[in-house]
Amino acid sequence: MAALSTELQEITDKLWGRSRLLIALLIMAFALILAKAIGVLPEWLNRIPEAAIPPTAQVLDAIFNFIQNELGIIYVTRFIAEGPLEFLLDTSGNLLEGKRRWPYLGPIPWSAIAVVAVVVGYALGGWRLAALGGGTFIWTAVIGQWKMAMQTMSVIVVSAPLAFLMGLTLGVAAWKYRWFERMMKPILSVLQTLPFFTYLLPAVIFFKVGPTAGAVATITFAIPPMILMTTLGLKKVSPEVIEAGHMSGCTRWQMLSHVYVPAARTEILVGVNQVIMLCLAMVVLTAFIGMPGLGAKLLAMMGSFKLGRSFEIGVTIVLLAVMLDRMSKAWVVKQPVHFERGTPWWKRHQVSLIALVLFIGFTLLSQVFPILAEVGRKQHLSQGKEIDVVIKSFLAIDAIKGTTEWLRWFLNVKVLIPFRNTLLAIPTPAFILLVVSFSYWVGGRRPGIYAAVFFTVVAFSGWWDRSVITLYTVISAVALAAIIGIPLGVVAARSSRWSKSILLACDTAQTFPSFIYLIPAIMLFGVNDVAVVFSILIFAAVPLIRYTIIGLSSVPPEMTEAADMSGSTRRQKLMSVQFPLALPTMAVGFNQAIMFSFFMVIIAAFIGTQDLGQELQRTLAGTELGKNFVLGLNVSLMALTFDMAISSWAEQRKKRLGLD
Amino acid sequence: MRASTPVISARNVWKLFGPSPERYLKSLSAIRSFDEIRADGYIAGVKDVSIRVDRGEMLVIMGLSGSGKSTLVRCFSRLHSITGGTIEVDGQDIMKLSERDLIELRRNKMGMVFQSFGLLPHRTVLENVAFPLEMRGQDCPERRERALEVIKLVGLDGREDYFPRELSGGQQQRVGIARSLAIEPDIWFLDEPFSALDPLIRREMQDEFLRLQEMLGKTIVFITHDFDEALRLADRIVIMRDGSVEQCDSPDQIVMKPATEYVAKFTEDIDKARVVHANVLTKPVNGHVLEGAPINGGSTIHELARVLVNDNRILLPVANDKGVVTGVLERNAALNVLLGAE
Ligand SMILES: Nc1ncnc2c1ncn2[C@@H]1O[C@H](COP(=O)(O)OP(=O)(O)O)[C@@H](O)[C@H]1O
Ligand SMILES: [Mg+2]
Repeated sequence: MAALSTELQEITDKLWGRSRLLIALLIMAFALILAKAIGVLPEWLNRIPEAAIPPTAQVLDAIFNFIQNELGIIYVTRFIAEGPLEFLLDTSGNLLEGKRRWPYLGPIPWSAIAVVAVVVGYALGGWRLAALGGGTFIWTAVIGQWKMAMQTMSVIVVSAPLAFLMGLTLGVAAWKYRWFERMMKPILSVLQTLPFFTYLLPAVIFFKVGPTAGAVATITFAIPPMILMTTLGLKKVSPEVIEAGHMSGCTRWQMLSHVYVPAARTEILVGVNQVIMLCLAMVVLTAFIGMPGLGAKLLAMMGSFKLGRSFEIGVTIVLLAVMLDRMSKAWVVKQPVHFERGTPWWKRHQVSLIALVLFIGFTLLSQVFPILAEVGRKQHLSQGKEIDVVIKSFLAIDAIKGTTEWLRWFLNVKVLIPFRNTLLAIPTPAFILLVVSFSYWVGGRRPGIYAAVFFTVVAFSGWWDRSVITLYTVISAVALAAIIGIPLGVVAARSSRWSKSILLACDTAQTFPSFIYLIPAIMLFGVNDVAVVFSILIFAAVPLIRYTIIGLSSVPPEMTEAADMSGSTRRQKLMSVQFPLALPTMAVGFNQAIMFSFFMVIIAAFIGTQDLGQELQRTLAGTELGKNFVLGLNVSLMALTFDMAISSWAEQRKKRLGLD
Repeated sequence: MRASTPVISARNVWKLFGPSPERYLKSLSAIRSFDEIRADGYIAGVKDVSIRVDRGEMLVIMGLSGSGKSTLVRCFSRLHSITGGTIEVDGQDIMKLSERDLIELRRNKMGMVFQSFGLLPHRTVLENVAFPLEMRGQDCPERRERALEVIKLVGLDGREDYFPRELSGGQQQRVGIARSLAIEPDIWFLDEPFSALDPLIRREMQDEFLRLQEMLGKTIVFITHDFDEALRLADRIVIMRDGSVEQCDSPDQIVMKPATEYVAKFTEDIDKARVVHANVLTKPVNGHVLEGAPINGGSTIHELARVLVNDNRILLPVANDKGVVTGVLERNAALNVLLGAE
């Protein structure tokens, strides 16, 4: 008890020292705001004048130009694009969707792929996964989306292995060389917060429009988690296994290939799972540079408000995502099992053999029954129009319509627009001061300094207003998500059965490509600001709910029991025991929600926003690399500011509570 | 046996952990205690240790956890590079070996068994045992044959295709032992090989180990923190504390003549009669008149308890294995040991 009180004393001392600076910062900010309100603020203190903004975009353009043309990098990249990469994409394209390229064998009949999925699913996780694998492919074929789905898959089957190999190599390098790891760390955090559109344009310019650019952008986006997981796994190999390797006389190379990498299998496979999921999410988004596939079709259908077809495509994408996720996760936990001695070879390779036989069998069968090879235009069972009618008439029911319209009106007029206008009215320096105060208050000195630097850079980028609008969307969506998500998490955490099923739902929802979240938003609210906030809201609510449940249910039972024995009510227990202990974990969820929102807000640009995303999307049509980069960096810097503040808070907090 | 060249000879070996240990060690002029070194920001894993391991002997290193046992053995096999001093293996300074030579040394001369087994989880028993052979490039049928041989030796035949995960702790350690024996090493290091096992299994494994040792006759460095285990196995015992050696002697000497307070305290609770052999208490004949049947010098006092209690001679003749009388035993001194009155 005494220790606790001295600690409290310490904390208050620290807070007091901190709060003096904080108060100073806030007073400055409010002075600026007040000055503007009574009209004495000079304009150059309100917004950075045009003249003072450095021509960053032009300079970057010049640099890119130099790299591209003078250094001749573009020849190298184009060579890769037109050579090996295109070759791989053509091959997979031929096999899966029947593109007229070497080896001129495809398309593989859908039924043959479906049976292989059944066998693989069974081998990895029994009948449930078998049903999921087969069901996904049967649905895709029968609903008439086979070709689109295979266009998407043909990019994934090339991108994922390449991203895996590169991530593995870089991960090994980062583990081996400390300087490389230290260099990679900041780059990786920027890469992970950079909006996907920022990857797309350089990919198009350096690697030619079309599947190659899509694949390159996808690969680049999917590499960072693979690097992190590889390094993590290699660091975790038990020292005795390493020593056993040395004592067995391994050379350096043998150590790596025979000891480290196999022993880090679990983490590396988790990396594989993440690579696959990111590849799927990104390939769908390459629709924005005109890549054909599920994403492109979804984009087109949503654009023309064909809700039925959008819904069906959404289901296909979700099924693919869940199938890929479950199968790769099942692979992670699958441990090798021995065969009894004297097991004949065909029994040892039973699964591969059955898959092969069925594959050949169905390929041959499909020669006889063409429907097994391809479900034709007139044969598919798509109910797009009918679903469309159902959804639209459902939405047109008075009560529903009344509710959504009232919500739209309320959110727009009472919440969103006033909030946006307030944020836009704040003078730039005051805004920066407010953000710095927040970071300093939450995370301490370092995050505070970074916030100051990052937001000043944003202010001088020349895109201040759009950045503020981006931030406004993120803040509104996360705030609304917290209002809905946290109570939901708290309620769910009360019973272990509920928390289990909600956690499962959250995990599943997190595997959906972000694009999917636009569908319900557009369905309910049409194409406008509220739909944007709503789509981000559901996307961001998932991690909030998830980490609230995890945080609350990982509070050690002896602590809650102690609270019970002290005669606290449920509410007191929640407020004074469970929340404080769960807060660091919940902060992780909060952080993720903010990062997801920054990601989503850019994607949502296509609904029609006025933020950075909108400008970013416009650059995709042109060749303004510099501008594209500046816009992307703005998003990244804002996201990193919050990331640093919140993670630093969670870490300090965890340390103080002795959790970990 | 002592006369032949030692297999391992360590002289003034230091192993310090910390930011720049070499420089720090050079700056040490006077002797500093473990705690003083720690106050300077370094940990003395091994502190000025000189030891020799003779061919064919079983040296047991003992001490509390954190006393530097593992570190010392890892210096012998150069899993750690030492900070100061020299270690020679078969007359060769191992700190001077190139990477290539070091790998050769480990591939041909050294085997090691680890406390938590250190098995490769993705390999079957057979593949684990054959691993060192594979690393040195032996071809498949040959290494398979040798691996099967060692697996049989440790009593795991029939389990070749199992994965470590599918075996019990004791069985896993048998795999570890088999792997370390696959290359027929000259020197065998065992770092608390049985500590992670249940007491019953531990006993069984010790018996098994003694059987192997009798059969193979290797030079062994064995680490344990269990005194009973040490006494059961050792030719000589090294007692370590805070990185330095407190005493290095035969079990009898450690029990009868502890060199320091610490060792005395350490051996306090031991039933000395079970450790001390008649030989150790034997005095030269010096013209004493001897009568009656001699006792065997190789027996422990505990084994002689019945004779000692029932006999009424003051002096008992002591004979070696061949029946030749080598000295006399004062019955009273022996009874003191037996009754713990010493
Ligand atoms: N790699 C290392 N880095 C720093 N300190 C170490 C390292 N390895 C061992 N030590 C320290 O050296 C001392 C001896 O450890 P160790 O040899 O493992 O003891 P034992 O095997 O007798 O339990 C301990 O204080 C331990 O903390
Ligand atoms: Mg140890």
